[in-house]
Amino acid sequence: MRWILIFWFGLASSAFAQTSPEEQRARDIGAQLRCVVCQNQSIEESDAQLAQDMRLVVREQIAGGATDDAVIAYIRESYGDYVLLKPPVQSNTYVLWFLPALLVLLSLAWFVFRPKRREVSSSIDLLTEEDEALLKSLMEDGA
Amino acid sequence: MKLRGLIPLFGFIVLVGAFAFALTRDPRILPSELIEKPFPEFALENLEESQTLDASLLDGQVSLVNVFGSWCVACTVEHPQLIAQRNNPKLQLIGIDWRDTREAAGRWLIRHGNPYDAVIFDPNSKLIVELGVTGAPESFIVDKDGKIRYKHVGIITPEVWTDTLRPIVESLQ
Repeated sequence: MRWILIFWFGLASSAFAQTSPEEQRARDIGAQLRCVVCQNQSIEESDAQLAQDMRLVVREQIAGGATDDAVIAYIRESYGDYVLLKPPVQSNTYVLWFLPALLVLLSLAWFVFRPKRREVSSSIDLLTEEDEALLKSLMEDGA
Repeated sequence: MKLRGLIPLFGFIVLVGAFAFALTRDPRILPSELIEKPFPEFALENLEESQTLDASLLDGQVSLVNVFGSWCVACTVEHPQLIAQRNNPKLQLIGIDWRDTREAAGRWLIRHGNPYDAVIFDPNSKLIVELGVTGAPESFIVDKDGKIRYKHVGIITPEVWTDTLRPIVESLQ
C-alpha cells in the first residue's frame, strides 16, 4: 500500500513538473478572468469557445513578454471590470466590500450598548390584603 | 413601540424592490468599455482572402461594424435590416465574420445577400476579444475619426434601426 502511494505521488509531481512556468502563469491569470458568456466560471474552467479564444489571447500576451498585470489590464480594457472574478476595490464597489464589516460592527455596537431591559419588579401587588388573608386561610385549611 | 415590529417588513419591502429592479436588467448585456475610444488596431485578412484589412478601413466614413457568422441563427433575422442599408451612401457596412470558415461564410452571404462593403475574417476571435464582444450578432457604430460611438448587443430589429441606430448615424454625418 505504501509503495502504491509513493508511486502515485511520484506520478502526480511529475505531472506538475511538466507545466512550464509560462503555462502556469497563463493558468493563474486565466483563473482570475471571468468567462463572459457563462458568467460564473473562469476562462480556465469553461469549455465555451470564447473562453478558449481568450485563453489563447492570454498565452499570446505572455509569449509577447507582458507581465501578469498587463495581461489582465489588456483583457479588462475590452471587457471591463466585469471580466475580473474578484471585484476591484474602487468607489463603485465600496458598498460591496465594506458593508458586511460595517454591519458586523454596528450589530456588535448595538449588542454592547443596547438599553438594558427594565428589571421586572418583584413586588407587584396583585392581591389586596383581603385576598391575602383569604388565600392564607384557604391554604391552611387544605393543609 | 409598535413601529419597531415593522422593521422586518420594511427590510423585506426594500429587498423585494431591489430584486424587482434587478429582474428588469439583462445580465448578459455588459456595458461597453469601448464607447468614445478608438476602434482597436487590427490586421486581418478579408473574407475573400484578397487583402489585409486594418483600422484605416474606418477612416473618413461613418461605419456600422457588424459581428456575424454563418452559424449564427439570430444573424439571419437582422440581415434584412442590413441589406436595406446596402446602398446607403452615408454608411459603410463592415462585417466581422467570427469563428467561421471562408466556405461556409461565402455560401451564407450568397444565400442571404451580401450587404457588406468589406468583411473582416476573424476565425480565432482576435479582433472579437479586443472589441469585448460576447456573442453574435453585435454591432458597433464608428464615427469618421475611427472612434466607437455606440454598441448594440443583439438583433437589429427594424425598430432598433429606426429608433436608435439611424438617429446616431445621422448625427455623426
